[in-house]
Amino acid sequence: MSIAQAGRLARREMRGGLRGFRLLLACLALGVAAIAAVGSVRAAIEAGLAREGAALLGGQAELDFTYRFATAEERAWMEDRASRVSEIVEFRSMAVVGDDRALTQVKGVDDAYPLLGQMQLDPPIPLDDALSPSGALPGAVMERALSDRLGIAPGDRFRLGTADYLLTAVIRREPDSAASGFALGPRTLLRTEALDGSGLLAPGTLFNSKYRLALPEGTDLASLKAEAETAFENQGMRWTDARNGAPGVARFVERLSAFLILVGLSGLAVGGVGVASAVRAYLQDKTEVIATLRALGADRATIFLTYFIQIGTLSLLGVAIGLGLGALLPLLLSPIISARLPIPAEFAIYPAPLAEAAFYGVLTALAFTLWPLARSEDVRAATLFRDAWAGARRLPAPRYLVIIALLSVTLVAVAGWFNGSWWLTLWTLGGIAGALLILALAAALLRFLARRAAPLCRGYPRLRWALAAISGSGEGAIPVILSLGLGLSVLAAVGQIDGNLRQAIAGNLPDVAPSYFFVDIQKDQMPGYTERLETDPAVSRIDSAPMLRGVITRINDRPAAEVAGAHWVLRGDRGVTYAATPEDTTVITAGEWWPEDYDGPPQISFAAEEAEEMGLKLGDTLTINILGRDITGTITSFREVDFSNAGIGFILAMNPSALSGAPHTFISTVYAEEEAEAAILRDLAARYPNITAIRVRDAIDRVASVLSSLAAATSYGALATLVTGFIVLIGAAAAGTEARTFEAAILKTLGASRRQIALSFVLRAGLLGLFAGTVALFAGALGGWAVSHYIMETEFTLIWSSALLVVTGGIAATTLAGLGFALRALNARPAQVLRARE
Amino acid sequence: MSDPVFHLSDVTLSLKGNAGPVDILRGISLDVGRGETVALTGPSGSGKSSLLMVMGGLEQAAGGTVQALGQDLTAMNEDALARFRLGRMGVVFQSFHLIPTMTALENVATPLELAGQSDAFDRAAEALASVGLGHRVNHYPAQLSGGEQQRVALARACAPRPAILLADEPTGNLDSVNGAAIMDLLFDLRDRDGATLVLVTHDPALAERCDRAVTLADGRLA
Repeated sequence: MSIAQAGRLARREMRGGLRGFRLLLACLALGVAAIAAVGSVRAAIEAGLAREGAALLGGQAELDFTYRFATAEERAWMEDRASRVSEIVEFRSMAVVGDDRALTQVKGVDDAYPLLGQMQLDPPIPLDDALSPSGALPGAVMERALSDRLGIAPGDRFRLGTADYLLTAVIRREPDSAASGFALGPRTLLRTEALDGSGLLAPGTLFNSKYRLALPEGTDLASLKAEAETAFENQGMRWTDARNGAPGVARFVERLSAFLILVGLSGLAVGGVGVASAVRAYLQDKTEVIATLRALGADRATIFLTYFIQIGTLSLLGVAIGLGLGALLPLLLSPIISARLPIPAEFAIYPAPLAEAAFYGVLTALAFTLWPLARSEDVRAATLFRDAWAGARRLPAPRYLVIIALLSVTLVAVAGWFNGSWWLTLWTLGGIAGALLILALAAALLRFLARRAAPLCRGYPRLRWALAAISGSGEGAIPVILSLGLGLSVLAAVGQIDGNLRQAIAGNLPDVAPSYFFVDIQKDQMPGYTERLETDPAVSRIDSAPMLRGVITRINDRPAAEVAGAHWVLRGDRGVTYAATPEDTTVITAGEWWPEDYDGPPQISFAAEEAEEMGLKLGDTLTINILGRDITGTITSFREVDFSNAGIGFILAMNPSALSGAPHTFISTVYAEEEAEAAILRDLAARYPNITAIRVRDAIDRVASVLSSLAAATSYGALATLVTGFIVLIGAAAAGTEARTFEAAILKTLGASRRQIALSFVLRAGLLGLFAGTVALFAGALGGWAVSHYIMETEFTLIWSSALLVVTGGIAATTLAGLGFALRALNARPAQVLRARE
Repeated sequence: MSDPVFHLSDVTLSLKGNAGPVDILRGISLDVGRGETVALTGPSGSGKSSLLMVMGGLEQAAGGTVQALGQDLTAMNEDALARFRLGRMGVVFQSFHLIPTMTALENVATPLELAGQSDAFDRAAEALASVGLGHRVNHYPAQLSGGEQQRVALARACAPRPAILLADEPTGNLDSVNGAAIMDLLFDLRDRDGATLVLVTHDPALAERCDRAVTLADGRLA
């Protein structure tokens, strides 16, 4: 039998058109479209970031220093190489109007700012005019969130530290805002020299200085970076350049889209269930044709090839439709998406994400169609005289099972390769496979239970009919529970993870977290500060510690990244403290704390969990760059550091003599009754205008709002899965119409009213939905628990609101789909239906 | 004929076909008396089964009057017809038409349950025993032979002891031995309950067992 002959047979078979294949096409198209769309948006953002890298960064390159300005030597190096240099200083402070004060991220700029792009202000005046008004007060501009919060408008005054400023305009667009990353407070922008006399840039104050370079055309950024790193190797300089102008945003987009594509794969898996049931139904319809072909001499390979070619062609069509939708939708929606993105995006048709989506689509189609296709081989000529599939084996031949397993492994491998995180891929795809397995077992269990329970429901005929129908194959219990269940499982998992995280952050945290973090407290301010709080009966606890910030540059005299990779502790600068004795609550897990009067070579106590992740052991040396100076110490102890209660927690602690000579400030947490918080802030801010208060509740709100945007993005991804699930559900309901119409006709003949029959239909659909929703909730909660327990390390509690939504959603979806297709069954005349079967 | 169970007057029926409406029944008038057994005979496509369906309220006549047990079926909607059939009418089809997801016992119990009979399952078991299937009560239709399935269908039609039994070629899908057994059962059950029996058949011998044979040709009484 040649492929050409099978092709001819396939072509003849396809004369019937696409009838029966709408479900297959819709499932594949939707699944592929969702993945292609996410990939296309990611590509658009990456292209936008690449194109606008320099503008986002505010220069072709940036050198970032913590706690200090560049030295004359560093500055000279920059000016030798750049055509222009702009200096920026960033720190947190409090903007004050009367008694009202709000946290703000202050940015001091020079005349050269911005090197690239335009600052857009309201009213639309030039930045120079806004920052250097004609009056006595220096000018400043701020984000609307801040001016609204303080109730001021352009022309009003406000205070930073001990100096007054005139608000001259509100920021409409700050060209380099995306490069700054996550900020706890809205922006205030002014001239750096205007900060003189504010008392805010005192020694030890937490600030960063950034030097943006406008480089001559054709500068090789990679070699300049290497040159800078060699020149300033041990000076705590961090380099960013236009090749990746907003690394934080780029990393965020990459991670989020990688996760969304994996969520999209769950949609494709749901689509796969639909594809499998469409192919199974189609082949069931074709049993007579297959049997006839077998009777005419067609061998098994011919039969398989005929339908493989046919279904393969249609699958490719479904994938192509999905690619078209996935490529065009982001283009069509680009004005809306661009308006909502804080970063530039360059919408176009990108072949790479389309190829990725196509690959997933083809692999999924193959994996899910092979199973039912393989069973076409079981149809014999004798089927023409006997029941079609009676006696056919339940599993396809072993060679097909091996191929399906290989396809699945390839899919996982390709997904892992594409998104770059094997860990995330294996977790997500493992979760999907686990959920599918749980759902498949649950569907089999439901049919078994329905079959067992039906005889027990004597006297409740509607319930008994419903259970009898569920136990049979006509009601499509398996595809319904698999598809809807998987869609709901993803939604349940997202809901439970989001809810638990939210509960951990916004629910439980305020109870155990301090009311305020105060930073930048000068050493000489500490006694007065402590006294004010200790005499306040509303304050239950104060924790204070000296704080410096430093970058771990070397481990055992090797570059830190070589030893510990991209661990978060090495990313940017970390807080470092010193103490003669450990706190009473400190738990040392290994080694020993230095003696109280120790003044020998620097010793380090390191956070135990992070040390283990980084592969550190006692006796290892760490070189930490603080204020441009390298301090090398030996790890002599590990201790537990708990970040979960938002208290003070330092990864690095050193003996006092190692650090106390360096300029530094103190950080303090205050635990107070909520009603007393405002008075404490007012008093301390009036007495010490330079210190910055971060209200933990506000910070929690800010984090919670970022989380809700993340949850919303994930929910959209999950929604695509759910829509696919609903399509499969509709497909199953449509496929069951004939069986239901026949059943309704018989029941009417026996005397049942349409209401009674409709009630039975509602019952069976509702029971299926209830079961699918409950199992999905179990699978989703299991996934949610795993993520909460192993990844977030938070306690897990079932979020009932989300759970209820999933279960009622399941019932509503099946009932709607079931009833939608029941109307024809209910209204059909019995005689016509029954005679059609004669 | 006094107090007929069926009174049909000038009944017409047309169905939509691909090539337009097709007249199936063209003015049938017929009375069937209480306890009478009537065979509807005639060539294929003459309208016998359609007439039976109209008499059972399974098909709505396009014109004329169909009265059963003194009630006008043409004035009833789908639900009223279903309620009318409940307990009064049993129907047996050529293709048995058992519900595949229900056991033999459940199939037979269904009309009794619908009628609100508290002993539905006991009576269903009796009915199955009376057709010789007392040992097959928990079998599904797919597990039964054609003859057995038709006996279940017969038990289901007769279990509520209806006043009217309608049978549409009940032996059409069975071999002669099974067919004869089914007909014996059908007549025995009719004799037991004194029901009015109208059956469609091609079999002259079977028609002869009835009190009267009505022949149709081209939608009219011949």
